[in-house]
Amino acid sequence: MPAPTFSAQVLQTLAGALLLISFAMLAERRSRHLVTLLIWQGAVLVTSTLLVAATAHLPHLFFSAVLTLVLKVGVLPWILLRLMRRLGIERDNEPLVNVPTLMLVGLGLVIFAFGLAQPVTALATTVIRQTLGIALAVILLALLMILARRKAFTQVIGFLALENGLFFAAPTTTYGMPMVVELGIALDVLVGVFIFGVFFFHIREQFDSLDLHHLESLKED
Amino acid sequence: MTWAVYLWQLGVCLCAIGLAPLFAGWVGQCRALLQNRSAPSLWQPYRVLRKLFHKEATLANDASWLFRGAPYVVFAAMVLAAAIIPSLTTELPAARVADAIALVGLFATARMFMALAAMDVGTAFGTMGARREMMIGFLTEPALLMVLFNAFLMAGTTALPAIVQNTLTQSQVTLHPSLAFAAVAFVMVLLAENARLPIDNPTTHLELTMIHEAMTLEYSARHLALIEWASWLKLFNYACIGFTLFAPWGIATHGVSPGGIALAMLALVAKLAVAGAALALFETASAKLRLFRAPEFLTMAFLLAVLGLLVHLLLKG
Repeated sequence: MPAPTFSAQVLQTLAGALLLISFAMLAERRSRHLVTLLIWQGAVLVTSTLLVAATAHLPHLFFSAVLTLVLKVGVLPWILLRLMRRLGIERDNEPLVNVPTLMLVGLGLVIFAFGLAQPVTALATTVIRQTLGIALAVILLALLMILARRKAFTQVIGFLALENGLFFAAPTTTYGMPMVVELGIALDVLVGVFIFGVFFFHIREQFDSLDLHHLESLKED
Repeated sequence: MTWAVYLWQLGVCLCAIGLAPLFAGWVGQCRALLQNRSAPSLWQPYRVLRKLFHKEATLANDASWLFRGAPYVVFAAMVLAAAIIPSLTTELPAARVADAIALVGLFATARMFMALAAMDVGTAFGTMGARREMMIGFLTEPALLMVLFNAFLMAGTTALPAIVQNTLTQSQVTLHPSLAFAAVAFVMVLLAENARLPIDNPTTHLELTMIHEAMTLEYSARHLALIEWASWLKLFNYACIGFTLFAPWGIATHGVSPGGIALAMLALVAKLAVAGAALALFETASAKLRLFRAPEFLTMAFLLAVLGLLVHLLLKG
């Protein structure tokens, strides 16, 4: 096996960092720290996209990186922090499952994702194909986070983390999606967060809490 | 030539024994400075040792040979561990006999004797401390092994000198994401194993929170001195394991020459200074975890180390 180039190594390290942030999110209890982790995840995403753009000479990826920077490091966390302040949520409840168990389940998911990505990466031709497994793992971990949390706010953060995982998979495996698709997704996420924000207020108005456990019963007791 | 190697081996051991209190003193000084206290002297640990060695030892009535013998066993285990770790040179006869897994075994032996001795006199605090120590131990050991496995996989061997050789002979700069994972996990294990802040506070004598201190409460004079010295040696050993795995620069690899050793010594002192300051900074910045949060902390360490292994396997293929 030829030694990977330096940029590929940096990219692999970034992929590792992304995975690490996902696990940190899984274990984090405070909403504010979750938003900070989301910002970090966005920053890693921007760096990796820039790196791919620079090494593969793909100018349209620069636009994608700028878009990610503005949206995921700037606007979305700002909206989330504002929402948090307005709703007065500081700390989330304990996750539904205790954290060590959650970590072990997460580990299982990572193994599953790596196994799943193995045959795909064997066929791929891009230099940085190995990162697909990590992107898949990030997506699965975000899903696990959505499942394990009770509060609507944390679930939205999980959703955004999932989206980050998808965006990481795109430039590293296929050198980016067409610009139209990328813009469309970005707009969707932005609008999505706005709608979530509105929903938060509705849920809280109805139940005096953002705990989704209240949504489980159909009738009022 | 062969005799020279054994002499160096002895020198490495003596160097570890001599430097360990200094390292502990340096960490203490950094901590005090960071916390706006007037710092104790760098030589304070040596003074503590001298004071303790001059005192008369008192033993509980019910103390058995286990209680009296444990300090010597613990101290000997730590010195042996220092003999295996290539802190200055890779030409260590002892390291050829025992690999890194044996090293973990040595630490486990020391821990077991410590816990048994704490339970031997039958005081409530000793027993509590021993139980807690064993709980932490059973969580840190797998994490430590996993961290070591990361390095083993990369170098293809379980011998620590070979790992150092392997890292130092790489011609080009390579980034290893898996080693980064392992490094973070290793720092977490180091904190937990050496009774450092998020898990245990090395300076507390507050009854309900202490772990390591609770086990040593019944000891006095030379026994206590040996135990304190052994715990400083343990911290020193852990720092040196960290250097061999993640920052082996400066360690003499090609035979032993006085010049090479002097250079390695300088590098070691510089690395210890940085590591001690970083440790103090981390300890000042973090608050003690509740005891029942400790498993969470250590599961995280285990997980990071396993992730390192997985990432290594994935990215290599």
